[in-house]
Amino acid sequence: MPALPLDEAGKYVAGAYVVFVALLGIYVAIMAVRIDRMRAELADLAELAERQAASSAEAKREEVRT
Amino acid sequence: MNAFKVMLAKDLRVELRTLQSLPAMALFAVTTFVIFRFGLDRTSLEGSLAAGVLLVTVLFAALLAINRLFVAERDEGGFDAIRLAPVDPSSLYLAKVAALVVYLLALEAVALPVFAVFFLDGAEGMAPLAGILLLLDLGLAATGALVSTIGANSRARDLLTPLVLLPLLVPLMIAAAGAAEPLLAAGGPAYDEVGKWAGTLALYDLTFLLVGYAVYDFLLED
Amino acid sequence: MSLKMPSLRATAAATAVVLGGAFALVFFYAPNDADQGFVQKIFYVHVPIAICALLGFVVAAIHAIRHLRTGDAVHDVRSYVAIHMGVIFGTAALLTGAIWARAAWGKWWVWEEPTLVSFLIVYLLYATYYPLRYAIADRERQARYASVFAITAGAFVPLNFMAVRLAESLVHPRVFATAEGGLPGSMMLTFLVALAGMALLFVTLMRFELAAKATRGQISRLRRALDAGGAAGTSSRIAPVAPAEGGR
Repeated sequence: MPALPLDEAGKYVAGAYVVFVALLGIYVAIMAVRIDRMRAELADLAELAERQAASSAEAKREEVRT
Repeated sequence: MNAFKVMLAKDLRVELRTLQSLPAMALFAVTTFVIFRFGLDRTSLEGSLAAGVLLVTVLFAALLAINRLFVAERDEGGFDAIRLAPVDPSSLYLAKVAALVVYLLALEAVALPVFAVFFLDGAEGMAPLAGILLLLDLGLAATGALVSTIGANSRARDLLTPLVLLPLLVPLMIAAAGAAEPLLAAGGPAYDEVGKWAGTLALYDLTFLLVGYAVYDFLLED
Repeated sequence: MSLKMPSLRATAAATAVVLGGAFALVFFYAPNDADQGFVQKIFYVHVPIAICALLGFVVAAIHAIRHLRTGDAVHDVRSYVAIHMGVIFGTAALLTGAIWARAAWGKWWVWEEPTLVSFLIVYLLYATYYPLRYAIADRERQARYASVFAITAGAFVPLNFMAVRLAESLVHPRVFATAEGGLPGSMMLTFLVALAGMALLFVTLMRFELAAKATRGQISRLRRALDAGGAAGTSSRIAPVAPAEGGR
């Protein structure tokens, strides 16, 4: 097949590079979702930890009283 | 060596139920030939078409045999018994490979003559073709025994084993087809390409036998 | 080993620089191919990606061997991520390869190009890695079997390329023959920079993924610890005599 004229060829070349960038973008997006989920869970855990710290501090205070 | 013989005998007898299932498998092969006759709308085959039909039929039969390789062991806890016995896992692997080879050779002893009668004009090229089939069987057995062990301990093992096995078998099938095609050519067999393909088959067999032998321990340890 | 390697930030920055430089070279420096014209530019993105995918599979096999030798789960994770990245890069290679085939040969897929066909077969094999891992419940066994697979598949790759190449009759002209041998210096330089860029990208993404997995693991461990701690904390409130077991 003879070489494609530049305007047609350009579309295919652009298509290939776009596929590459798009896949990279999809990966980044998936990672972003995962990191968001991790942040949410960490926030949840931080709250849980604070509550436990508070409750054990309270238990200690009660002990001192009794 | 004794353990090898014992396990080989057990596999042939119990797993593959060779004597009972061989007539059924032969029937399966012959019926497959009939289906190909109608599917391709051909009454005689030569060259690449003949090679394709024969090899695909052998492949189907091998998949069925490989699937059955671990049925009894899985269900009746045979795997655990073997793990407890002081047997080298790699000889278990070799026994399974040998069992499969014997099984496939027995099948081809029936299927190949029938194939020749159904589709071929003459019987020249049959002897080297049998040799090619032997190399093919060795490759099918080496890879099949390895992959079916991997699949045996998983969920959906009936799907997983062929799924993983088929891509691994592609180079083997390519080489077997490359060798079989000139042997089944219309104007009589041509032998110039056979050496190259037989070499490739042997290389495949050697590679997978070595890999299987080397890694089998890790599959059986617990 | 991770102490000797540069940080994720460094590799990411290096990737951006090298890959950006590579693309600049592709479009402003490398000459047009005599046969294929402008379409040949796809070569600079397709082939490096494919090579990196295959190298990834080799790295996975090496980590798998280490895993079986040492039993250390770290190597299993690295093997898994290497295959994961290899499959992603493989997808990109097949897609860009199809675009290139369409542009140079008029069809989206050409069986006559042995490298592309071999690559497809390897890709199909490694794609079975996921259902394989998913099908084995026991974590330790899953890791072991996955390592066996990675090693077997690694041994398979050169055999596969050899067989497919042998099968390709010399009558069919190779579509990408211009990609092999006899590259003029400017094209070779551009290609090598692109290859380096893609390799850096592979390494960066792999370490990114490993970091995410490690963090995920730590969060799970933290949750387990806090859940266990929470249960003890409640009981110490009910029974004021026993001191809180907060010395964990």
